[in-house]
Amino acid sequence: MDLILQQTVNAIALGGTYALLALGLAVVFSIMGLINFAHGELMTIAGYVLMYCGLAGVPFVIGAPLAVIAAMLAAVAMERIAFRPVRNSSGATMLVTSFAVAMILQVLFQNLISARSQAVVIPDFLGQSIVIGGLVIGVNKLFAIVATLVMLVLLETFMSRQKHGIAMRAAAEDFAIARLMGIRANTVISAAFALSGLLAGVAAVLWVSQRASVDPLMGFTPVLKAFIAAILGGLGSLRGAVAGGFVLGFVEVFLAAFLPAEWQEFREPIGLSLVVLMLVVRPNGLIPAATLQAQKV
Amino acid sequence: MTPLLKLQNFKLRYGAVQAVRGIDIEIRKGEIVALLGANGAGKSSTMKGIAGLEPVAEGRVLFDGRDITDLPPEEIPSAGLTLSPEGRRVFGTLTVADNLRMGAYTITDKAAIETALRRVFDLFPILEERQGQYAGTLSGGQQQMLAIGRALMCNPRLLLLDEPSLGLAPLIVEQVFALISTLRDQGVTILLVEQNVAGALAIADRAYLMASGRIIREGSAAEMRSAGAMADSYLGGH
Ligand SMILES: Nc1ncnc2c1ncn2[C@@H]1O[C@H](COP(=O)(O)OP(=O)(O)O)[C@@H](O)[C@H]1O
Ligand SMILES: [Mg+2]
Repeated sequence: MDLILQQTVNAIALGGTYALLALGLAVVFSIMGLINFAHGELMTIAGYVLMYCGLAGVPFVIGAPLAVIAAMLAAVAMERIAFRPVRNSSGATMLVTSFAVAMILQVLFQNLISARSQAVVIPDFLGQSIVIGGLVIGVNKLFAIVATLVMLVLLETFMSRQKHGIAMRAAAEDFAIARLMGIRANTVISAAFALSGLLAGVAAVLWVSQRASVDPLMGFTPVLKAFIAAILGGLGSLRGAVAGGFVLGFVEVFLAAFLPAEWQEFREPIGLSLVVLMLVVRPNGLIPAATLQAQKV
Repeated sequence: MTPLLKLQNFKLRYGAVQAVRGIDIEIRKGEIVALLGANGAGKSSTMKGIAGLEPVAEGRVLFDGRDITDLPPEEIPSAGLTLSPEGRRVFGTLTVADNLRMGAYTITDKAAIETALRRVFDLFPILEERQGQYAGTLSGGQQQMLAIGRALMCNPRLLLLDEPSLGLAPLIVEQVFALISTLRDQGVTILLVEQNVAGALAIADRAYLMASGRIIREGSAAEMRSAGAMADSYLGGH
């Protein structure tokens, strides 16, 4: 029982990070139909900012927000430079553009920083554990769970109560009509990227806090997972992205914990098969986006 | 008096498809002008071109003397006109109240937004009752009222209505036409696209008849009502 609770905590921590990343992908996809594969590089940028802050002796409580801000600025710049010129192109053109952006950034990291993994200074308290009701919980896990919750609540409030958040939902549902209301296309798209950068930045801080290192390809794996989570949840659906992230976190953590040792090497394929199975049952994802439903009517 | 809206040699195309082939339209303040014509005549394209949703290929759109031909759609509401689009297109995942607030997106004065909201609720009491409900759960007639209400939220001087009666039950259609007259009485000028010719001509002051991207007849509503005047274009010959 304790083991299950223990793994549940781990699953929430990991799933929460996936959820934040998947949300970032979903926010951008819902607005402009772009699957941004360079989302991972936003994480990597945040990771390097954390690394340099550590080297410069900047305390983590300042370095972490700086890393998040850097990811937001990078996301907005990415849209201005790379995605705005192809905004009205096909989904394939935008997808290829995002691959190109990802690769260019990876090469830049390799050549300007280092091809090798770099250590990141993480404050000692994040490496410690606390005992809650008999459970030993890593402070970094707790930090991840709290940060995820705070982000989800902030985002939910923004999207459901703030004029600009509601405008983003309107634009996601029917971009042309949203513009007709006076909602500026450039503003909404920039805001969507800023939001995705914010989410990637927070996810990066959580990710790096677990690993204490950063390398040029750091963002690849978590964003691939987040992409799977976003599809599992229903591409373009924000609630779906969150659900998909947590489900994927649970699948991974529980397979790692409870699969017999001789099966462990097949963990990833088994996990992915489970995801595929869920998609067979619910082809549009766990919580499909409204626009997808609308198109079918 | 300068007309409130003037289209001069207005053309619009989709690639090789010539949807509107050079039309001239004038709407004076306080009028209801009907734009009639069979399916595919180019009515919606005209509306979209005015509202900036599709680029105007040639010609000019003048609103109150100002050239708005190349304005992007987001500049249209603050210029003083709005489009309630064909097929309603309310934001189904937003509540009724949020849909209306989006209609007032360009208005920053909170009190002005509340006044506009009050006016819409007075016109459509059902929207006030349903204000917390998701727009996607409304009936077709209620969605149409929401689409019109949303377009009214920015206090437009000119309201473009594209087929507001489409797909509605006869009783609701009557209500919608009555409402359009009420709006005119409140000082809103209206360009009304309709396939319900009788209903539109009953409330309109003047009408234009379109076929294959051209205006083939125009006149007062009374003239256009006269027997046989409209039949040809709807039967395909002209
Ligand atoms: N997005 C589009 N792409 C290509 N052709 C279009 C598009 N929209 C409309 N058309 C064509 O333009 C013509 C006019 O259409 P439309 O303005 O919608 O007519 P109406 O509103 O009078 O029924 C039609 O021949 C239609 O097929
Ligand atoms: Mg039409």
